[in-house]
Parts: sequence; C-alpha cells; structure tokens
Amino acid sequence: MLKSPATHSSTAPVTSDKAKSKAERSESGFWLNAKDKYYAWIFLGPSLLILGVFIFYPMFRTLYLSLFLTNTVGKPTVFVGLSNYINLLTSADYLSSLGVTMVYVLAVTVITIALGLILANYASKQLAGIGIFRTLFSATMGVSVSVAAIFWLFIFNPSTGFLALVSNWLHLPQINWLTDPGWAMLAVIITTVWMNLGFTFLILLGAMQSVPTTLYEAASIEGATPRYQLFHITIPMISPTLFFVSIITLIEGFKSFGLIDLMTKGGPTNATNMLVYRIYKDAFYSGNYAQASAESLILTVIIAIFTLIQFKVLEKRVNY
Amino acid sequence: MSISLRNVRKDYDQQTKVLEKVSAEVQTGEFFVIVGPSGCGKSTLLRMIAGLTPITDGEVRINDRVVNELPPKARKLTMVFQNYALYPFLSVWDNVAFGLKARKLSQSDVQNRVNNALKMVNLTDFKNRKPRELSGGQRQRVALARAVASDADICLMDEPLSNLDAQLRIRMRQEIYNLQRKLGLTLIYVTHDQVEAMTMADHIMVLNDQHVQQIGTPAEIYQHPANEFVAQFFGTPQINILPAKRSAENSHLLTVGSNDMQVALNEEVPADQLRIGVRPDELTISRADSVDSNAVVKNTEFLGNETIVYATLNSGDNVRAVLPGQVNFRGYEPIKVQVGSHLLFFNNDGERIGLTKEEAVHA
Repeated sequence: MLKSPATHSSTAPVTSDKAKSKAERSESGFWLNAKDKYYAWIFLGPSLLILGVFIFYPMFRTLYLSLFLTNTVGKPTVFVGLSNYINLLTSADYLSSLGVTMVYVLAVTVITIALGLILANYASKQLAGIGIFRTLFSATMGVSVSVAAIFWLFIFNPSTGFLALVSNWLHLPQINWLTDPGWAMLAVIITTVWMNLGFTFLILLGAMQSVPTTLYEAASIEGATPRYQLFHITIPMISPTLFFVSIITLIEGFKSFGLIDLMTKGGPTNATNMLVYRIYKDAFYSGNYAQASAESLILTVIIAIFTLIQFKVLEKRVNY
Repeated sequence: MSISLRNVRKDYDQQTKVLEKVSAEVQTGEFFVIVGPSGCGKSTLLRMIAGLTPITDGEVRINDRVVNELPPKARKLTMVFQNYALYPFLSVWDNVAFGLKARKLSQSDVQNRVNNALKMVNLTDFKNRKPRELSGGQRQRVALARAVASDADICLMDEPLSNLDAQLRIRMRQEIYNLQRKLGLTLIYVTHDQVEAMTMADHIMVLNDQHVQQIGTPAEIYQHPANEFVAQFFGTPQINILPAKRSAENSHLLTVGSNDMQVALNEEVPADQLRIGVRPDELTISRADSVDSNAVVKNTEFLGNETIVYATLNSGDNVRAVLPGQVNFRGYEPIKVQVGSHLLFFNNDGERIGLTKEEAVHA
C-alpha cells in the first residue's frame, strides 16, 4: 500500500536534486574525466537496467501500442494515430466508467479521511486502555485485499450475511448489496474505506501526537472548546500529513483493482466498472491491447492532473 | 483577584509525592514568585492553580471561591508557557487574537484588544509575521501580548525567560515587571532563577523537597532565611556554612571551625554545637604570616568591581569571600579570615535557630 505512493510523492524532489547536483558537478569539471565517466556508468548501470526493463520500456511500449490497432496477441498492425483515444472519449460506456471511478475515488478519499480524523482524534487522548483501541483501529493495515474482500462478501451476502441478518431482524427490506446496481457502488466504497482506514488512522494519530500539548493547554485556558481546538489547532498542525494522506488515498483509489475483481467484477451492469478494471478486461479478456494502452495513458494523465490540483489547492492552506 | 492555597497536596498514583502542605496567600496586584530547584514541584503547583493538573487534596481559592473542580477557562486567568505555546501556522496578530476569537468576542473588540496588546509589547510592526520569523525575545513578547489581550486579572508564568540569553533575560525581566505594575496584574511567576525572584517579586515562595521552605519578601528571604537551604539558594556567591561551637569557658564566645576563628557575641551563643552562615561579603581577609594565619588562598576570580577569593581554613572547610576591587594573592598564600558580626545560626538539622519552622514559613 505504501510502496507506490512513496515513489510517486518522491519523484519530483529526487529529479530536481539530481538535476541540481549534476549542474554543480559539470561546473566543477567532474564529468570531464573519462575514467570517472566510466565509473559513473558502472554505478548507474544496474538501476538503469532495472528501470529500463520494468518501467521505461513498458511505458513507451504502451504509448506506442495506443497509436496502433493490435491483433489478439498484442502485436501492432495498423497505425491509427489518435483514433483509439477519440473512440474512447466519445464512447458513452467509457465515460460512464470514468464517472463511476470519480464518484468512487472522491467518496473513498473524503470518507476515509473524515473517519480517520475522528478515530485518531479520540485515540490521541490519554485514557485508560486506549492502546487496545489504537491497535484495533489500525488493524486493517495487516489485512490483505483478498481477505478483506472475502470478509466483506460474507457480510454483504444477501441470505446469510451479517447485514442481511440485521435487516431481517429489524424487518427492513432485503438489500442485494453486490447484485443491485444501486447498492454495489456503496458496498465497494464501504469495503475500500474499511481497508484504507487503518493506515490513515495510524498516520493521522502519529501526526496528532506530535503536536505540543502546551498548545492545547494554552487554548483551554483561553477558553477554546475541544471542538474549537480540533478545527483551529489540530487540523492546521497536521495539515501536511492530511495532504500526504489525501494524495495517497486518491491515487490508491484510482488504482483500485483487487477488490473490484473479487467482489463485483465491475458489475452489476458496469456499476462498479472502474478504469483499471476496465483496462484489465479490455486487454486480457477482449484482447484489445491498443485500446487498453490508450486507457492506461488516459488514467495516468488523470492521476497526474488530480495530484497537481491537490498540490496547487492545498499548498496555500498547508503549513509546513 | 486574590489567590489562596490551603494545604495543597499533589501525589501521583497515590504514592509519588510531589507537593505537600502548600499554603500561601497571594494578594490582588501582587507579584508572587515561586522559586526552587528543578523537580521541586513548582511548575506542578502553577498548573494546579491553572486547572491543568488535578489537585489531590487541599484547596485552591480564587477570590475566596474554591476552584478545585473548575475547568481552566472558568478560572479567568491567563498563562505564559516556557516554550511560549505559539501557534506556528498563525501570524503574530492571529496568535494574540486566538483566545478572543475562541471566546466569540465581537470583531471590533478583538481588533481593539489585539492592537492594544501588540502596541504595549512593541510588536505592532511584526503583526503579520509567523512565529518562526521572530527572535526568541519577540516570541516571548507575543506570549505576553496574548496574556495582556485576554484581559484576565490573574496571570501565571512558567519559567518564561529560561529560553532567552542572559542580556535579553534582564531586559524582559524589566518589561514583565513594568507590564505587571501597569496593568495591576496578580502575577504568579515560576522560576528556578533566584535573581529573577529577588528582582521582581513582592513575595517569594521557596519550594524544595515537596515542601514550602519559606514565604517572604526578597529582603526577609535574604536576611532572615528560614533554613540553610534558603540561605544557600539566594545570593551569589553562595553563603558560607561553617561548623561552630560555644566556647566552654565563655558562653558569649563562638568558636568557628577547629579553633580557626573566635567571635565574641553580644548575647549568648544559642547552642553548644551549631552551624553558622556568613555571606561572602561579610568575611574579611587580611594577609598574615604563617604563624598568624588560619587559612590559605586556593583561587581568586577577578570580576572587575570585585574579587572572589576561594580559601581553605586550617580546619579543612572551604570559604568564599567577596572583596571590593582587585586583590592579588599568590596561590597557597597564608591569610587570616575573620567573620563579621552579621551571622546566621543553624542547628544541625539546618533549621535557623531562634525561629520555629512554622514561624519561618509564615514570616
């Protein structure tokens, strides 16, 4: 869960550092020495090889394929320019997938952070037995996607599931959580939020505990209520962490695949057919590699835009 | 707004004693300093008055009303913390306005109070800066401005100057003092620095070992310390404490050390065995040949206007003496040390003789 966002968030500073140190070195004549150049390539070699094979080649191959028609084994046949993209962006089916993904991502991000904040705020208080709650609240960090999916499939099961039992008991109408197009999205959102909550909670709790207690003491002497303190001390003080968590949750949301595959397979009637799941089906079920490549690139651009917006909007409000 | 403490006690987990039998009366408009070495419970006492730490036993009264169970905000006081407790994400102006906004005061009221408070501490030009863009002294003044703006009559300060350098400390000391006088604040000020206590206080409470050692004006504390601890805590260099006894032949004759010095008193020496306290500036030192001498010089420190002489009496006791101007001694030069007439007497438990402990505490 942590791995891919970490690389995401660190890309920008790393490249700028690299560029800077390179500039400094060329000024000091470092690169003029042929022997040093030789060593430099030896040291860079392994990582360039790995990055090249597993990142750069697939990236450019995807871009390349997206401009062609492909046969069933993924070989390019006819160059078609941007028509794959044009077809996608004019297809009602794809646009509905896009809309579904947006709803899912925004709902998951907002709900996860809101709940994480509430739980962390309670758990940051010094109370007897609070350690038990802290462990419980962060427990979902240790649960794999497949286990979570199976666990929630049991809960959502319309005949034997826990929710069915509860609604039966309360004489409420039965909900077909995963087969009713109106409810499937909510079921997936609930499961994702539950999965994300442990991590979000733990990170926010850590941030809250690093806020100096004298800030709260000063505020309580001056007459600030706990609620006022939450909104005017805690949230501003942990804003960098909130920013971090919101970007991670958002990117993770866009990349959601495992849960969808295990719980709904994009159904019912495409109600949960998220972008990544769609890419998977187009490529490996329909064999339409060209279209799947184009979808991948569109998704990359969307994530980049969202991240950029988040940076722009939040950097004004975040105090580092 | 007077504050009164009655037999206040603080334990943690019903075993670790922090404070015991702390009683004091702080009058309206008084500058009251609580002083003691680290770990004596002085900050805990202040936090109990503020309502941040629960009181185990006893009573804290503000204006004759028991406030033990009142939350901090209901006690109508303000507090300045050692680390200033400024909000790093707010400007100076907003930091000062924070509490006023939290209490939902009208906008014009907030404006007036914050602007006045900033003017009073000379920070008007810095009102848009963030705390990290300020120097230590300026941050300290923001914390003071916050106390001023809150308009509470009682102000508590927890070692507010300990993070500043020596020069700035002296200046802020005067600023705090002037502010207190100008606003007529009832100020309770915690410090470990005896100089701060002596220079600012109307009354000083000396705390040590969980107990109040003495409460009094700076002059009383210095001239009539209740015990050796108080005598040693105030005054630099430290007071000399020397063993002494009543002469067998003459009850008015005091023998100090092992016959190194003899002093004839106007009254009877109060005990057979005792310890005397004599301030370094009450010692006189004269050069002497080795037959006449009762001590040797170990070291001297020249401070410009005075010289501190460290010497060892023949009995082995070390003494410190302050002599005016520059005095030169060779190392191990024999000298004759004499005590003046202003002596303090302590029994072997360190209590001042002639005063009971209760009298000392309520002096």
